[in-house]
Amino acid sequence: MLHDFIAAYTPANLRYLFGGLGLTLLVSVVSILASFVLGSFMGIVRYVRIKGLSAIVGGIIDVIRNLPLILILFFTYFGLPNLGIRPGVLVAVILAMTIFESAMLAEIVRSGIQAIDKGQMEGARANGLSYWQALWHIVLPQAMVKMIPALVSQFISLVKDTSLATIILLPEMLYRSQIIYGQDSNYIVPMFVAVAALYFAVCFLLSILAHWLERRQART
Amino acid sequence: MIAIIHDYGGLLLVGLRQTLICSLIALAASLLLGTVVALLEVAPERWLRGIARTYIEIFRNIPLLVITLFFYVVVPLYVIKLNGFVAGTIGLSLYTSAFIAETIRSGIRAVDPGQMEGARANGLSYWQAMRVIVLPQAFRYVIPPLGNQFVNLVKNSSTLAFVGGFDLMYQGNNIASDSMATMATYAVIGLLYLAITLPISSYMRYLEKRLA
Repeated sequence: MLHDFIAAYTPANLRYLFGGLGLTLLVSVVSILASFVLGSFMGIVRYVRIKGLSAIVGGIIDVIRNLPLILILFFTYFGLPNLGIRPGVLVAVILAMTIFESAMLAEIVRSGIQAIDKGQMEGARANGLSYWQALWHIVLPQAMVKMIPALVSQFISLVKDTSLATIILLPEMLYRSQIIYGQDSNYIVPMFVAVAALYFAVCFLLSILAHWLERRQART
Repeated sequence: MIAIIHDYGGLLLVGLRQTLICSLIALAASLLLGTVVALLEVAPERWLRGIARTYIEIFRNIPLLVITLFFYVVVPLYVIKLNGFVAGTIGLSLYTSAFIAETIRSGIRAVDPGQMEGARANGLSYWQAMRVIVLPQAFRYVIPPLGNQFVNLVKNSSTLAFVGGFDLMYQGNNIASDSMATMATYAVIGLLYLAITLPISSYMRYLEKRLA
């Protein structure tokens, strides 16, 4: 058993696996940044109740949130070519993650804004700011700070969810581990241990960060 | 879309059935496991709390797909051969139980400590008081978040497609490649998922509003 581990963890294999982890993190970071922009926009639109538009955006958010990510992944990779758009694997994955995660973040943003004391808005309006000025300069900055722990939690699920991209052969960490143990079935256990440990290390550290941020906020 | 339903209705029904069966089994199993782990997490004994924390951190921080593939690929090598449906359902149950444990624990913490003290003062043991007095009240607080966990569970059951679990996503994939009508197929599959998840999440939103 131990001998299998030593045989499996060659520098070349480990380098290959870590490359996959790099891709996992790259996909996650790009997707969370894009989702943050798109999700904030959708969350604000849903919150401010613009006639018609808010209802449509709300409906889109609810539909996306209630669909499996794998379905959205298949949609961007296998479905979009039917409409004449042919994204590569990496683009299809980032697109699917961004669509899915924006809907999640939109709800976080909306409830974050709702949690801010109504007096903040009233005070700002009373001091002569317009509704949008008050929302942008007074309410949103406070809501964003409160949302940071939830954002980190979403980032953790994003990192875990990138493993689903194995199914459309994105060479991320899980996919690469399958390539390695495909060469020798004695490597199955060492590869599972390595992949689980690496995902765990990344996600656990992030969850400690989220927890620490939450506690720091509770104090202030 | 109508053509897809007409031509592949049988496969879609099988998929819907497998998704529902897997979700219900995993719901029951993860509720049970999650409650046990939550109880251990608030136990007076330190080592019990340690076991519960370790369990939660492991299953929360490893992707569901890795856990499922472990039962599909690794367990058959050393223990027992599992088909995709069983491996997927076990993986889903363990993964979800960690989230449910966290939810129920927060419910237990939300119950006034006076309830436990009062029950103990009236002669109940710690575990009796927990079971009869605290836990029933805790469950009332956590119904909306538990419902949301169930929605996640139904969505996550689509990982069965990776291990040949014949669920909705798996059938959808096969129908899409057989009919070449990928968009129409995914639309039908999406509507079927929404038919399960949307009613639950809107009911939970209603409950949340009513409780607040």
